[in-house]
Amino acid sequence: MFRFLVRRLLQAIPTLFILSILIFAWLRSLPGGPAAALLGDKATPEKIANLNHVLGLDQPIILQYFGFLGRAFTGDFGNSLVSTQPVMGEIITFLPATIELGLSAMIIAIVVGIPAGYLSARFRGGPVDNLVIVLSLIGVAVPVFFLGYMMQDLLASPLGLPSQGRQAAGLDATAITNFAILDGIMTGEWDAVWDAIKHLILPAFALATIPLAVITRITRASVLDVLNEDFVRTANSKGLTQQVVRTRHVLRNGLLPVVTTIGLQTGALLGGAVLTERVFNFRGLGFLLAEGIERRDYPRLQALLLFGAVVYVLVNMLVDVSYGIIDPRVRVR
Amino acid sequence: MNTLLNKKKEPIDKLAAASGRSLGGEALRRMLRSPVAITGGAITGLFLLLAIFAPLLAPKDPLDRTLQDQVQLGRGIIPGSMPGYPLGVDDFGRDFLSRLIVGAQQTLLVGVLATVIGVLIGVLIGGIAGAFGGWVDTVLMRLVDVMLSFPSLLLAISIAALFANPSQWTVILAVSMVGVPIFARLLRGSMLVQRDADHVLAATSLGVKRGAIVFRHMLPNSLGPVIVQATLTLATSILEAAALSFLGLGDPDPSRAEWGLMLGKASRQFLDIRPELAYYPAIAIIIVALGFTLLGESLREALDPKNRR
Amino acid sequence: MALLEVRDLTVDFVRRGERPFTAVDKVSFDVEPGQTVGLVGESGCGKSVTSLAIMRLLARRGNKVSGSVRFEGTDLLTLSDRDMRDRRGRDLGMVFQDPLSSLNPVIPIGLQITEVLERHRGMSRKAASVEATDLLDKVGIPDPARRLSEYPHQLSGGMRQRALIAIALACRPRLLIADEPTTALDVTIQAQILALLRELVQDTGTALIMITHDLGVVAGLCDEVNVLYGGKIVERAERHQLFGEPRHPYTHGLLASIPRLDAGRGEKLVPIRGSVADNIPWDGGCAFAPRCPNALPVCREVSPQLVPDHGGLLRCHNPVRPAVVAGGGAR
Repeated sequence: MFRFLVRRLLQAIPTLFILSILIFAWLRSLPGGPAAALLGDKATPEKIANLNHVLGLDQPIILQYFGFLGRAFTGDFGNSLVSTQPVMGEIITFLPATIELGLSAMIIAIVVGIPAGYLSARFRGGPVDNLVIVLSLIGVAVPVFFLGYMMQDLLASPLGLPSQGRQAAGLDATAITNFAILDGIMTGEWDAVWDAIKHLILPAFALATIPLAVITRITRASVLDVLNEDFVRTANSKGLTQQVVRTRHVLRNGLLPVVTTIGLQTGALLGGAVLTERVFNFRGLGFLLAEGIERRDYPRLQALLLFGAVVYVLVNMLVDVSYGIIDPRVRVR
Repeated sequence: MNTLLNKKKEPIDKLAAASGRSLGGEALRRMLRSPVAITGGAITGLFLLLAIFAPLLAPKDPLDRTLQDQVQLGRGIIPGSMPGYPLGVDDFGRDFLSRLIVGAQQTLLVGVLATVIGVLIGVLIGGIAGAFGGWVDTVLMRLVDVMLSFPSLLLAISIAALFANPSQWTVILAVSMVGVPIFARLLRGSMLVQRDADHVLAATSLGVKRGAIVFRHMLPNSLGPVIVQATLTLATSILEAAALSFLGLGDPDPSRAEWGLMLGKASRQFLDIRPELAYYPAIAIIIVALGFTLLGESLREALDPKNRR
Repeated sequence: MALLEVRDLTVDFVRRGERPFTAVDKVSFDVEPGQTVGLVGESGCGKSVTSLAIMRLLARRGNKVSGSVRFEGTDLLTLSDRDMRDRRGRDLGMVFQDPLSSLNPVIPIGLQITEVLERHRGMSRKAASVEATDLLDKVGIPDPARRLSEYPHQLSGGMRQRALIAIALACRPRLLIADEPTTALDVTIQAQILALLRELVQDTGTALIMITHDLGVVAGLCDEVNVLYGGKIVERAERHQLFGEPRHPYTHGLLASIPRLDAGRGEKLVPIRGSVADNIPWDGGCAFAPRCPNALPVCREVSPQLVPDHGGLLRCHNPVRPAVVAGGGAR
């Protein structure tokens, strides 16, 4: 079991390694050359020459790469052109916001998606099934940012929910961890906690749409497959209660592909967060990235793109590992 | 005795006819019976017709900015519906309806090109990996893995950001890269399964050359899943392109009519003034994306050999 | 009163846009306590569907079941789902054909046994585990305590089938239905499993319905045999009668087609010509007529009835006369 874990970890390393090379290559391919890109508007010929030296652009490419790698490991991605603050610092500050948003969205997707998919499969062909299928198909066809704007326009006022931002000006929780909800709980500022939650609702639902649709569909397909399996028939032949058959036999097997899907959908979340945070002015990493794109803030872009990819790789590795925990057949390999 | 022979012939004929039906023919039959397939096919068909005949169908010239002076962005005025302009004008005083109709063409172009490029490159990589195996396979698949380790929108953003001057083509290229690893994986997987399949082993043992095996025996069998995925990718390509436009990586040329572009711009600038400028392209995109998705999913069901009876 | 009385059991499969297909056509038979009854026939003759119908394990939709299945006096077909669930596992057990796909791959074998014990005998997990170990031992699995925590993919095919048998017999049901339990196994393992089944039903006095297409299996195990064709019973006979003097041409053909070790060189194999696809429906005559060497013109017009014959039952216009049996038949 432990060996399996270690093996999966080691398998991730070459991927991360190649990833770093690609980001490095990407940086070098930026318009105008990396130095000009990293300096942006403030580029003057001497500053460019300076930066070139710092980046070691006059050195053989291998050394440049290791220089880049070294800087990456120490978290030195330069300063953001927009905020003039160190990019790494920005990431640390705004990461919790995106985690709150992403986690909420994923929870919504799972809590709604899995039962919906199960019921859809269980009552196949019925009205519930048809409704669920239609909704899940529409769900992946709607542009996320448009959905966000629609929710702002149509739902914010009627539901009494804020349409922008993360915390209302006077109600922000004293920042300790930068997890607004956690901070609020820790300092007992309950109004801040409630306010933070209210700000999360609309963006979280908008962000959750695509993962929700996909999880529902995969759950449905998987449960349908399992319901036809021989061992479900055996379980019924043993006279087990419907409850036991459902949980121990159908779901335990039916949810396996869903675990993988959850991992893959974090990718959709990472991408969607960029759009959603921009629409709702929710200051997290996605917002930073969107702003960075608009303002050609390459230091920020470089760091965030690398960060996003690394997170995705790690999450999928985690998914693989948990798959090994729940499916004993996989462990043998 | 005669009657016995005749009686025997019938069921045998029936059997022969039944097994002689091609997978494609059966798939088509199954699809014609499925409401999902019909809906998807209808939407897709209408969209294609619209896209092809767009310039003929548009009532006015989409580039004609005659009513530009009626637009006062500073005061938040963009004229809505009026005689001759059923949907009003856009921010440049052009007939919105005409822009929408012509937009079908550009949108289709974006979707098709992005998908085709993704398929060509992906199939090439996956095919080589699958056909040769060994270290070629390992190296190529590692590369594909890394591409897959990027969340798709972030990958598209990375590629698009490489270009100093964004345009329709940079968007198409960026979005196509999202599809490359998907098709590569798909084809390689299919080739891997077939490498050990009986029909391939039989061909090899008969001395058929490797190239012929790949092209005549393996690729045709992989076609089905690729077509299904291509249909689905068409839908997601349009959506991703719209997202890139929204983020500012789209074509800055204001004369280009493409639904994603129109949506992106309108979402950011005109939602308070004239939300229709965003709603209509959005609805158009949703319907088209839905159409292709329905078509693709029903194709997948129809081509699934497990459904054969 | 017999333990199980099946009367006019009929199963029709209905699919959207197609004609209904009658898989089981007014099948009736009895099973006495402790008796072993065989249901024999080729694939597609309806034997498996019969057993699934008895256990009410057919899909919820797409089929219509009629007739009656009286188990210890109660018609199972009229029970509510909950009542039927109470009886399954406790009064009736079933063993299926493919032991790998019939076991839940992600939970240990032990749990798959203990859950039946917990459900029907109210045992605690601990007590059930002890009993489960005992059961695995009884079915001949070595080192049973260790096996409890193993997963199905870790066991061999034969052991999996033994485990399935243990599961089916865990609560000591009065009736066990075995649907082709050895078909998916190697020949040597087949013999072991059959011997195990025979021993177990003898020890526990369980009645057994043995479903198979293999007459060899039937010969060693069954007291009484029902031969099915096209969803109907075409012959019923006590074991020795069936093998000594098969009366229905189909039964006769099945026996004659078994390759024999003591046949002379050059002696041809005698197959039954044609296949199940050549059937004509029972309402137009005898379904077997197109393939029957004894077919008379009347066989294609009038459907034969099941009538008593030599202590058993026979559905044939022109049965095989004992004098006609030349060199064939099992000994």
